[in-house]
Amino acid sequence: MKPSIVNAGADAVIVYFSDEISLAANQRVLQLDAALADSELAILETVPAYSSLMVYYDITRHSDTDVRGAVKAIIESLPALDERDAAQGQTHVIPVYYDETVGPDLARIAELHGCSAEEVIERHCRDSYRVYALGFAPGFAYMGEVAEDLQAPRLDSPRTRIPAGSVAIAERQTAIYPLASPGGWNIIGRTTFPLYEPQKGILNQLNSGDTVRFKAISKDEFIAAGGSVEAFE
Amino acid sequence: MIEVIEPGMYATIQDFGRLGYLKKGLTRGGPIDENAFLWGNYLLKNEAGAAQIEIVLGGSKFKFTSAAAVAVCGADVTLKLDNEDRSIWETFQVEAGQVLTIGPARSGLRAYLAVAGGIQVKPQWGSCATVKREQLGGHRGDGSALQKGDTLAIEASNCELTQRIPWRYRPDYSKPPVLGLIPGFQYDQFAMAEREKLSFHEYKISQQSDRMGIRLEGPAIEYAGKGLVSEGINIGSVQVPPNGQPIIMMNDRQTLGGYPKLGNISPLDLSRLAQCRPGQTVQFTRVEVAQVQQQLTKYYDFFGITPACQTDH
Repeated sequence: MKPSIVNAGADAVIVYFSDEISLAANQRVLQLDAALADSELAILETVPAYSSLMVYYDITRHSDTDVRGAVKAIIESLPALDERDAAQGQTHVIPVYYDETVGPDLARIAELHGCSAEEVIERHCRDSYRVYALGFAPGFAYMGEVAEDLQAPRLDSPRTRIPAGSVAIAERQTAIYPLASPGGWNIIGRTTFPLYEPQKGILNQLNSGDTVRFKAISKDEFIAAGGSVEAFE
Repeated sequence: MIEVIEPGMYATIQDFGRLGYLKKGLTRGGPIDENAFLWGNYLLKNEAGAAQIEIVLGGSKFKFTSAAAVAVCGADVTLKLDNEDRSIWETFQVEAGQVLTIGPARSGLRAYLAVAGGIQVKPQWGSCATVKREQLGGHRGDGSALQKGDTLAIEASNCELTQRIPWRYRPDYSKPPVLGLIPGFQYDQFAMAEREKLSFHEYKISQQSDRMGIRLEGPAIEYAGKGLVSEGINIGSVQVPPNGQPIIMMNDRQTLGGYPKLGNISPLDLSRLAQCRPGQTVQFTRVEVAQVQQQLTKYYDFFGITPACQTDH
C-alpha cells in the first residue's frame, strides 16, 4: 500500500502506511516520527499507532495544504528500511508471576492448544515482543506478535475488574493492564513492572519500537518485589 | 483559599490540559467548553490556561477565606454572593469570608469559576486537568472531583474595575448548534448515502454523554469498509461504532481507538456542543479545513494562545 496522508482535524493529519498490522508498516511509522522531529516543521506532538502516525502541528505556522506537502516530501525521502530500524528500540525484561490465582485464563489457553499451563508460560517467555503502540489508556502497550501456539480469542464476556499489572493475551497481541479496569483479554499472570502510577509520577518507560521479554518469577520473588496476589472477583 | 461547602453534581479542576503525552497514552483533559473557560481567564487577565473549576449543572457553594476577583462564564447559572445577586460573564469582587453560591443552570450544562491568578494546584505531567478515567489530576492528583470540605489555594486579589463580555459574544445555549464537520479519517470509505445522513438529519444528545465522548442518537450510519487497526483519535473526532450512532470524542477521549471516523468537528463548535444537554438536538454542516484554520488562528491570537507542546517531541 502506498502511504496516504489524510486530514485528522483542524490541527492534525494522519499518515497511513498500511491498513493492517505489519512490522514493516510499524517501522515506517517510527521512521517518519523521527524524521519529523528532525525536520523544520512546527510539530506539536505525534501519535504513533500500529500502522499510522497522527501528526499535530502548529496551525499558526502551517496550513493543512503546506503540511501535507511537507510530510509527503519527507516520506519520499525516507531511506529503505534496514536492520537498524528493527533493532532501534530498548529491550526490557518484565518479571511475571504466572499462576492460576493471578492468571485465571492459563488453563483456558492450555486447553485451547492441548498443552499444559507450564507450556503456556514457557511459550509466553520464549519469544520477544515488539511494542507496536502505546495508548488507549495511560501506559497501555500493545505488544506482538503472539505465536500461533499461544494465541487466544478475547473472552465472550469481559470481566468487570482486572487488577493492575495483569498480563494478558488477545489474538496476536499481549499487554499489561496498567490500572485496574474492565477487560476482555485472557489473563495469564501479574507483574510489578511499573507502568503507570500517577501519584508517584511514574509513566510507562516502554516506547513504541522497544522489545519486551517476559521472565517467569516465583510467588516469593513477586511478593518480595511488592506484588499483590489479590484474587479475581 | 477557597473552601468547598457544596461541590454540586460534578465539579472538577481544569486547566488548558496535558499536552505532549499522547504517545504515552495520556489524554489531554481540560475544559470541554474551552470558549467559556478562555473568556473567564481573559476577563481576569490570567494566563489563557490558568486553572478554573468546571461545574456541571451548578448547585455549588464556595467560601472564600481571602479576597479575590472572580468571574463565572458558561452555563446560565444564577449567582449569589452571600445574599446579593451577581452576574455571569463579568468580573466581581469577593471579600474574605463571603460565600459564592452557584445556582442551577437555566440553559447550558457547564459553568466555569475563574479566579484572578488561577487556582493553584500542583501539576502532573505539566497540567492539573482532572481526568477521572486516568486517575490523574485535580487537587488530590488522583482524578477525583471536588468534595465537600476541600480547600483550594488561590492568590489574594482585588477586582479594580468590572470587566464584562459584550452581549454579542455570549452564546445562547438554548439554540440547537450547527456543528462544522471537517471530513477526514475514513470519510471516503463511507458510502455517500451514509455519510450524508449527518448533513440531512438532526441528531439528539444521548444521556450517555460525558467528558470522554458525546453520544448522539439518530439515523444509524452504516460503515461497510474494512475493519480498522487502532489509530489516533482527535478531540472532536466523529466515531461511528457498529450500532451506527455517532460519538463525538471530547477532551478525555482515549488516545487510540479502532472505530471508523467520519472526520472532526471544528474546535470552534465543540464548545457549543459541550453545553448541550441530553435530549437537545444538533445539526451538522460540512466545512473546509482551510477556513477553520483561518478562524482558529484569529481566535488563538485574540486569547493569547501559542500552540505549543509541553515536552520535546
